[in-house]
Amino acid sequence: MTIPDEPRLELEAERSSGRRLFSRKDAGIDRSPWSRPLAVVGAVLVIGWVLVALLAPLIAPHDPNAQDFARLQPPGGANLLGTDGLGRDLLSRIVYGTRITLPLAVLLVVLATAVGTVAGSIAGYFGGWVDTVVMRLCDLVFAFPGIILAMAAAAALGPGLRNAVLALTIVMWPSYARVVRSMLLGLREAEFVSATRLLGASARRTLAVDLRPNVAGPVLVLAALEVGNAVLLLSGLSFLGLGAQPPDAEWGAMVSEGARNFDAWWIGVFPGLAILTVVLAFNFLGDTLRDALDPRTARALKGSS
Amino acid sequence: MQAPANRRESVRRGSGLGGFLGRRAIAGAFLVVGITLVAFVLTHVVPGDPAAAALGQRAIEDPATVAAFRARYGLDDPLWKQYFTYLFGLLHGDFGISQQTRRPVLTDLVEYLPPTIELALVAIVISLVVGVALGTVAALKRDRWPDQLIRVVSLTGVSVPTFWLALTASLIFSVKLGWFSSTGQLDPGYPKPPTVTGLLLVDSLLDNDPFTFQMGLHHILLPALVLAAYTVGLITRFTRASVLEVLGNDYIRSAHAKGLPRRTVILRHVLRPAMVPIITVSGLAFGSLLSGTVLVESIFSWPGLGQYAYKSSLALDLPAVMGVSVIVAVIYVVINLVIDVLYGVIDPRIRLS
Repeated sequence: MTIPDEPRLELEAERSSGRRLFSRKDAGIDRSPWSRPLAVVGAVLVIGWVLVALLAPLIAPHDPNAQDFARLQPPGGANLLGTDGLGRDLLSRIVYGTRITLPLAVLLVVLATAVGTVAGSIAGYFGGWVDTVVMRLCDLVFAFPGIILAMAAAAALGPGLRNAVLALTIVMWPSYARVVRSMLLGLREAEFVSATRLLGASARRTLAVDLRPNVAGPVLVLAALEVGNAVLLLSGLSFLGLGAQPPDAEWGAMVSEGARNFDAWWIGVFPGLAILTVVLAFNFLGDTLRDALDPRTARALKGSS
Repeated sequence: MQAPANRRESVRRGSGLGGFLGRRAIAGAFLVVGITLVAFVLTHVVPGDPAAAALGQRAIEDPATVAAFRARYGLDDPLWKQYFTYLFGLLHGDFGISQQTRRPVLTDLVEYLPPTIELALVAIVISLVVGVALGTVAALKRDRWPDQLIRVVSLTGVSVPTFWLALTASLIFSVKLGWFSSTGQLDPGYPKPPTVTGLLLVDSLLDNDPFTFQMGLHHILLPALVLAAYTVGLITRFTRASVLEVLGNDYIRSAHAKGLPRRTVILRHVLRPAMVPIITVSGLAFGSLLSGTVLVESIFSWPGLGQYAYKSSLALDLPAVMGVSVIVAVIYVVINLVIDVLYGVIDPRIRLS
């Protein structure tokens, strides 16, 4: 279920074919990503959802948690998308749901990136047993299929959005650690690193001042692309009852309510469409941007994430 | 030129492959130990007082009861000792008692694992058939409209929330249209065939009972299709890349040039070498299918590991959740090992390290 599997799979395939699977030409690198319809659709959707989150009070017709209406009203009446089992306006809940999902997904990615970057830099720069320990830890996390590990961690920490984010950070950091490590493996032998070390810079300074700018760009891109994945995992945990708690208007939790109300199809179907469009938007963008990246970066992202 | 020849030589003698597999098996074993460590940390260290959780409020107020409980379950031992006790238990199949079913977790796992394995197997077959077909078409029609369309389809496959797809598919295809039965493995009350393998479809065939087989197929198809959405997307993208790689080879041009029918070239010259990475991927995809069942089975009332995990997580039944995690992770490790084996067997040119 986890997307973190995918880059690993590509790595396996690369190893087997002995060459890179995605050549530059294959990636259509000669064309700007913005001339490709998928990227444009993705960008428009992302901007649209961000606007919805920012302007939620203006867009939502009602209070998302007010139980003001008749229960289980089908869409089309006074409530555009109908009402849920407690008589709350579904459209308003979906609109306000952006304010839970998007910031938390970004926060999750930021946390995972931070942990992964630090761990990966240390592993890649120092090598040796530090490297071994960090990489074995990554292997360990990868051995658990994403949602299962997140589920176990969230269950142990106790349900709730904050713990769900923490649990998913545990799941997501290794992919960043691997990318950063592989980039540093290449960089630490570079002449400018030797130069700065010979000038007496400490390892910490070298990492923070000289190496950080080289790593930051690709990692940021990878991070941005993972937001869709983060949304998927977060809503999955909420669907399992381990993320958002009532009365939070969270999309995954809303789908879960829909699964308990089979007669009222709209309760689950609309919030799920919201999840789908957000994730799709990031993946459309990601698929195109990844190809358009600097080929060295693309290789690092593909080969070792 | 010298090195590859030597490597192939060593593979033929078996030492390279054997050593390779040995190393992988040892790595796998360490991974399994690591997994139990993670499960232990999550069950024993993170949550509050296990005595409080197990005994309930009234017993907690009696210090003697609590002390007896702690002594009995070794809670006063140092953590490392507790871990070895836990590991020792695991080795003997003791995963603890599920707070929800009040049965040993192992008993539950044995009961719920086969339906999930069966679901995942059907899903992986669907994913392979559809994914390889779509990926091949996409590669052959590269950058033309079928490729673009398939790209959108595969991206949608990896983007769709599985639990939502399960809900929507079941609303449309079983509630509304009535094409599929959407609950359980068989119609309610219908007897299962005698258990041989635990896989219902296989058992019904062994029982020589085509009717039950058909009914089982009717029930498994929709959940398997839903589950396959993600892996279809994955395998499609992989196949496309892999086929494109093969298409660039000179021997493909030669095959065309000597007038072989297009069909033959695609099936024998292109797909065969392209299958190596695809098989690798599908093995790993199987692991993700297993975990995907957590989000799907409850909606289809599928009596499998996924639903068990779902209910356990809702009830915060930690021993059960950990049992599921350990089992799935171990299956994952084993599959990876099998893939490594297949890898070396299928294509000895691969560097064995």
